[in-house]
Amino acid sequence: MPNMLNIALPKGRLGERVYDIFEAAGYACPSLKEPNRRLIFENEAAGVRYFWSKPSDVAIYVERGAADIGVAGKDILLEYSPDVYELLDLNMGKCRMCVAGPADFRDDISRTLRVATKFPNIARSYYAGQSREIDIIKMNGSIELAPIVGLSDVIVDIVETGKTLAENGLAPLKEIVPISARLIANKARFKFRRDEISTLCENIDRLLREAAEE
Amino acid sequence: MTTSMSAFERVSLALRGLYQSYGYRQYKVGKFETYDLYARNRNFLSGEHILTFSDIDGRLMALKPDVTLSIIKNTRDDSRTRKMWYTENVYRVPRNAYGFREIVQTGLECIGEVDLYAMAEVLMLAARSLETISPDYVLDLSHMGILTGTLDECGASASISADVIAAFGEKNLHALRAVCEGGGLDADTVKLLEKLCVLGGPAAETLPQLLELPLPGAARQAAEELRSLCDILNVFGAYRVNIDLSVTNDTDYYNGVIFRGFVDGVAAGVLSGGRYDHLLHRMGRTGGAIGFAVYLSELELLLSEKAAYDVDTLLVYDEGDDPARVAAAAQALTESGQTVRVQPAGEAAVTYRLMLHVGKGEIV
Repeated sequence: MPNMLNIALPKGRLGERVYDIFEAAGYACPSLKEPNRRLIFENEAAGVRYFWSKPSDVAIYVERGAADIGVAGKDILLEYSPDVYELLDLNMGKCRMCVAGPADFRDDISRTLRVATKFPNIARSYYAGQSREIDIIKMNGSIELAPIVGLSDVIVDIVETGKTLAENGLAPLKEIVPISARLIANKARFKFRRDEISTLCENIDRLLREAAEE
Repeated sequence: MTTSMSAFERVSLALRGLYQSYGYRQYKVGKFETYDLYARNRNFLSGEHILTFSDIDGRLMALKPDVTLSIIKNTRDDSRTRKMWYTENVYRVPRNAYGFREIVQTGLECIGEVDLYAMAEVLMLAARSLETISPDYVLDLSHMGILTGTLDECGASASISADVIAAFGEKNLHALRAVCEGGGLDADTVKLLEKLCVLGGPAAETLPQLLELPLPGAARQAAEELRSLCDILNVFGAYRVNIDLSVTNDTDYYNGVIFRGFVDGVAAGVLSGGRYDHLLHRMGRTGGAIGFAVYLSELELLLSEKAAYDVDTLLVYDEGDDPARVAAAAQALTESGQTVRVQPAGEAAVTYRLMLHVGKGEIV
């Protein structure tokens, strides 16, 4: 149905928490809570269709218009710079993008710094701002391993509690940017569904403010 | 299915007719350009990748990623106003894509004496270009002077201004607040910027809201220019124009009115343009310039028609059939306006609505 509002949510705990807020704001889709492996859920009466997507793919669904709106982490938005509107900071899924390494790390500026990361663009622009030449090693997971085994000097990664780092003898060295979940919208879809999307944002913003005041 | 132009070709032809009807002349440019033209104006281009090769004299050449720069370069700096349109293939790596693509781009440029009428004419042609593509379109209109005027007035630094403009582009109110806080802008300016950031909607409703705001001198002048432009546009006809300050662009190149066009069903903007006197001046020219480009390649999905059949009629013949009879049958069918594929019986068939067997004279 073309007139449904398509919403891409990140699969996982954050997505479920985000859905609860959407539900409370009047965009319920009860079938979404049923235990099954479906990826798409609709509630025609409320005019919404949700998809569960891999968190790092939400921005792609939205940028390319398969979803009208979605919820993505600021880390993904900074890394891929999708051409979307960032309408709301949901203040959920909070963490920090950090440079981390051995707690006693001392940067040797006489040689290129080796940086292991899942976020090469964020790392590149951060170090470009510091005028520091780096060698980026793009990884896909378990980044903490890289400095321990000598693959890299430091890592650029998301730090939530710092527990994984500590257990591996590492520590956050520098915060690059705080991260949280953001409500994003496709620019073209926004033109044609401005009122609906704006109302949804206002409803959610109000709920978040009320929750913050409690 | 009868033989006809594809929707894509129809749109191209209609755009050409539209631009010519207002006296715009076609401008043809070659596929190559010297690389240094782009190296000097790198930020004007939407991506940083350029396809290069060495010419036989060792000069570094590029396959054009853009047409506007070539047009300016080849325009003589005299007092004449030039109105030109083009359809060219350009070579770029689209945002978040994994390789170069050949992109069909149609656009127009008005260079020289660009007054209020000339700007309104270009806006009207942009709106009508969108209307040609789809009745469900929106032309978002903004003016660089509103933001730059406000930021200059409060003495914001270049880096703060760039961050504010980036936040506007994303309609990102929380980022805007953070930038203003970090940049130490005064409370009145912050309040004004917040209101401007969320402002958007049909011109008739939004312009009065914009003009009610306490805009500083240069920003007010820009807003008044938008109003005047919309008044002239209304004389041309009723177009679906929004005022939306999330349309932003690089202040090194663009100055006055800027705009982006969207059609329902296409995820990205299909038209983009604006007044780019700064680019003109950077390239050592005087006067003003305004233009826009329509990204025809973006329309592929919207305009592609799914045909149920490859041809209307499949005409088959056997080995012994007289070729003259086959030819006569094929001729008769095409003359009746049908598409025909002729082939020996038993060959793998295309999809068809009707099959005719020459020898048997039968419809299968």
